[in-house]
Parts: sequence; C-alpha cells; structure tokens
Amino acid sequence: MATGERGESGRAAAPPKIAVIDLHKSFAGREVLRGVNLEVEAGESLVIVGGSGAGKSVLIKHLIGLITPERGHVIIDGEDLTNCEPARCLAIRRKFGMSFQEGALFDSMTVFENIAFPLRRHTRMDEAAIAARVQECLALVHLDGTGGKATSELSGGMRRRVGFARAISLQPEILLFDEPDTGLDPITSAVIDAVIVEMRKQLDVTMVTITHNMQSAFRIADRIAMLRNGQITAIARPDVFRSLADPYIQKFLAGEPLEEEVA
Amino acid sequence: MSAEQTQASGVVGVLESVGRKSLGLFEEIGRFFFILHATVYWTFRRPFDGKEWLRQMVRVGVDSLPVVGLTSMFTGMVLALQTYRGFERFHAEGFVASVVSLSLTRELAPVLASLMIAGRVGSSLAAELGTMRVTEQIDALYAMATEPIQYLVVPRVGATTVMLPPLVAIANGLGIFGGYAISVALMGANPVTYWEKTFQYLDLNDVSSGLIKAAVFGLILSVTGCSKGFFTTGGAEGVGRATTSAVVMGSVVILVSDFFLTKILF
Repeated sequence: MATGERGESGRAAAPPKIAVIDLHKSFAGREVLRGVNLEVEAGESLVIVGGSGAGKSVLIKHLIGLITPERGHVIIDGEDLTNCEPARCLAIRRKFGMSFQEGALFDSMTVFENIAFPLRRHTRMDEAAIAARVQECLALVHLDGTGGKATSELSGGMRRRVGFARAISLQPEILLFDEPDTGLDPITSAVIDAVIVEMRKQLDVTMVTITHNMQSAFRIADRIAMLRNGQITAIARPDVFRSLADPYIQKFLAGEPLEEEVA
Repeated sequence: MSAEQTQASGVVGVLESVGRKSLGLFEEIGRFFFILHATVYWTFRRPFDGKEWLRQMVRVGVDSLPVVGLTSMFTGMVLALQTYRGFERFHAEGFVASVVSLSLTRELAPVLASLMIAGRVGSSLAAELGTMRVTEQIDALYAMATEPIQYLVVPRVGATTVMLPPLVAIANGLGIFGGYAISVALMGANPVTYWEKTFQYLDLNDVSSGLIKAAVFGLILSVTGCSKGFFTTGGAEGVGRATTSAVVMGSVVILVSDFFLTKILF
C-alpha cells in the first residue's frame, strides 16, 4: 500500500515519517500487539509509554523491521518495511539509529570501534575522517576521551550513551530509544534524558522512545502515546496527556496499582 | 470408567510428547536449512569481509592444528599397534602400512578431525552467537543495516568449510607418520617396505574423497553451531544449552552423514 493513497482519510498534510497500520503480533499464542495504529511526523519526538509486558519493545522492534508482524504494515517514508527485498530492507534500515536497553555494544570491540563500526561498514570515509566523526559523536554524549576503553569498563549510564553515539554516527533520520533509562538511578536517568534532548536540538531527527518512566517521558516528548493491551489507547501532547480522564492513565501517572491487576 | 479415562489420558500424553518431540526436530531441521540457505545467499553479495574471513580461518584452521594433529597422530599409532598384533597371527604384517594409510585417509582422519572441530569450533560458534543474541548485539547489527548472517555467519561457516580439508590433509600426513614410527621403531618393520606398502594401494580417490568429506563436515558443524547460537533464547542458561546441543547435534549429524557420504563417494 502506498502512502499516496492516504488522501482518502481526509488528511492532506505532509506524509508521516513513520506510519504503523493495524499491526498484529503474537508470541506462543499470546497476542501482544492487537492492531496498533500510529503515525509519527517528521522531526517530532514521540514517547510510547505502557506497563511492563505491554508490548512496547515488540512495537519498537517492528518499527525497524527486527520483528515481522503477522498482519499489518510499517511504512517508512512511503516504503513498506514489512514487505521488501532483503537488500532493500537493509537500505531502509540505514535511515535508523537505534539505542538498545543495555546498550548492546559489541563486547569484542572498544568504544571507538563500536562507534566506528557503522561508518566503516557503510561509508568510504578514511581513518582520519572516521576518527573525527567518532570524536564528534562522543562529544555530543559527553564522553570525550573514552574511545580507547573496553566496553566492559563502562558503567550502565555510559554504556547507554556509547549506544547513543553509535546510533547517531551515520546521521540517521530516525532515532529509536528502547527504554533508555531502565535500571539507572534517577540522576543518571536525568542525565540521559538531557543528552537525548540535546541530541534532538543538534540533529534534525525524528525520535521514538519507549519507556515506563513518566518523568522521563515528559522531559523528552512532543507527544506521548499509551500502549495498553496491544493497542494505542491514547496519544496526546504532554500537557494534554497529563489531564486525560482515562482512569488507567491517571493511575499510571500517579504510580498506583490497578484493582484488576492487584487481583 | 475412571481407569479407562486414566488409560486414555496416558495415551494422549504419550502422543502429545511424541508430537512435541517431532515438531522440535522439524523446527531444528528448518533452522539448519534456513541458516544454510541464508549463508549461501549472502556469501555472494557485497560487501566482502576479507579481514573477518582471514581472522576466522586462523581461528578454525591454525588454532586447531595442535589438537587435530595430536588426535590423528595417536590414532595412526594405535592403529598400527592394533593391526600389527592382529595381522601377526596370520603373518600379514606387511599389510599394516596399507591398512593404516587407507583407513586414515578414507575415514578416520576426516571424521575424527571433524569431531574435534565440532567440539572446539562448533561450541564456540554457538556460545559466541548465542551471547550476542541474548545481549541484543545481533539486533544491533540489523539496526545498523548490517545483515548478521552476512557479517557473522558467512565468514565463520566459510572459514570452517575451507579450512577443514587442509587440516585433514595435515592430519593424514601426521597419522601415517605415527603409524610408520610405531611399526618401524617398536615392531621392527622394514622402513623401506613399510613406506612402499603405505602408497601401494592408496588411490588419489581415497585421499580426495576424505577431503571432500572434511569440507562437508565443516559445513555441517559450522552451520549447526551458528544456527544453535543464532536462535538462542533464555539468557545465560539458553547459551549453555545452545553450546551443548551444538556439539551433540554436530557430532551426531557428522556420524550419520558420514555413512551416506561414504555410500555416495566410494
């Protein structure tokens, strides 16, 4: 399905950077995504929140084609990522930079080599240019001078930031963050958020972040979406989201248990 | 009635478990051929990673030389010892050399070397890729528009397939030397006739079929190791399971396919 046909929905605005249409996915008989519909405009920062096991990670992995859905489409700039030739899929994925929960750094390489990896793989830059670009990326995440370290020497927060640096080294159009502050203390988590906000200012990118940390969501989001029971149940600007009447969202914001889930 | 029910549920239980086991087996086979197919597909596409190939060839070939060499040399020595004792009984000591060279080149060197490599390389492939899977490093490769099959699996499978024949060729030489040393030094065989007999009944086909077997075994054990690692689930425990079953499955498939290859090649 081409995005050119989107006129029928009545919205004639610029086509979305990412369009998710009726996405379904189950694992071992359990339906995790039950018809997710989502649009992300170019240049916006969307944060998807939801409880543990709501399918946030599964959804973000669909966005970059790491998981194939049973039904539905993920359209990136008008191209269907769920239905493309392997080589074409790789080309579409080059638009992305993704930061993983624990960093997912290559432990056989140093910090420098990790960030240089996509550059060596996808560009014809010489070593001097690669070194300059790696320094630039490290500076952006405030980790100047750590290039020579082994990834095992890094703290949790540093690993995330090296992951960010690696994700932006190829100047992606879309940045995905999978739970950037899971397992970090509140201060480190605030630092991570500040780095994300700063990266957003300096790079012209579309961002999708998933988190269950509402504080963090309010710090970095243009819009916040709630994923619950495998569907997007609400999507709004942070100030509007805060005052939504949905009882689940209010409980989620206040950090209170839900009667049905306590039982 | 209740006894009948118990009996029925017992039968259903057995059937269920048989069904689950067979489904698991088919899944395993499917994964093996998926990795094999994807490896062939990505081998001939750019970019070609010469440096990684070389690194893996050193890891599989050069680093395995001591263990494969020792295995084969001692196999040759034992073979000479055993056949000498047996053949002595009907005065056929002269054929020890031929038995050693034929059984080593046709069967023992390729199979034993491959089993050693299944233990040494197959397990480490599964552990390495398995760890990369559970720590999301394989997903990270996809996310960086790098096909993990092409970057990780192709050089590993390629290097193992390419390096096993030369390893087995060296193993042949060392095994034959081991047999020679034992026969001549310990059993008092005539060195010149022993050497002659070694090659008297040996055809080029004996050696080449052994080397072809080695390449096929290399392909099988590396694809098994990679597929076990690539589809690992369940954290550290999963990696442990993948590693063990890479060695067990690899060895079993090598021995089974050895029979069919021998039937086809000879």
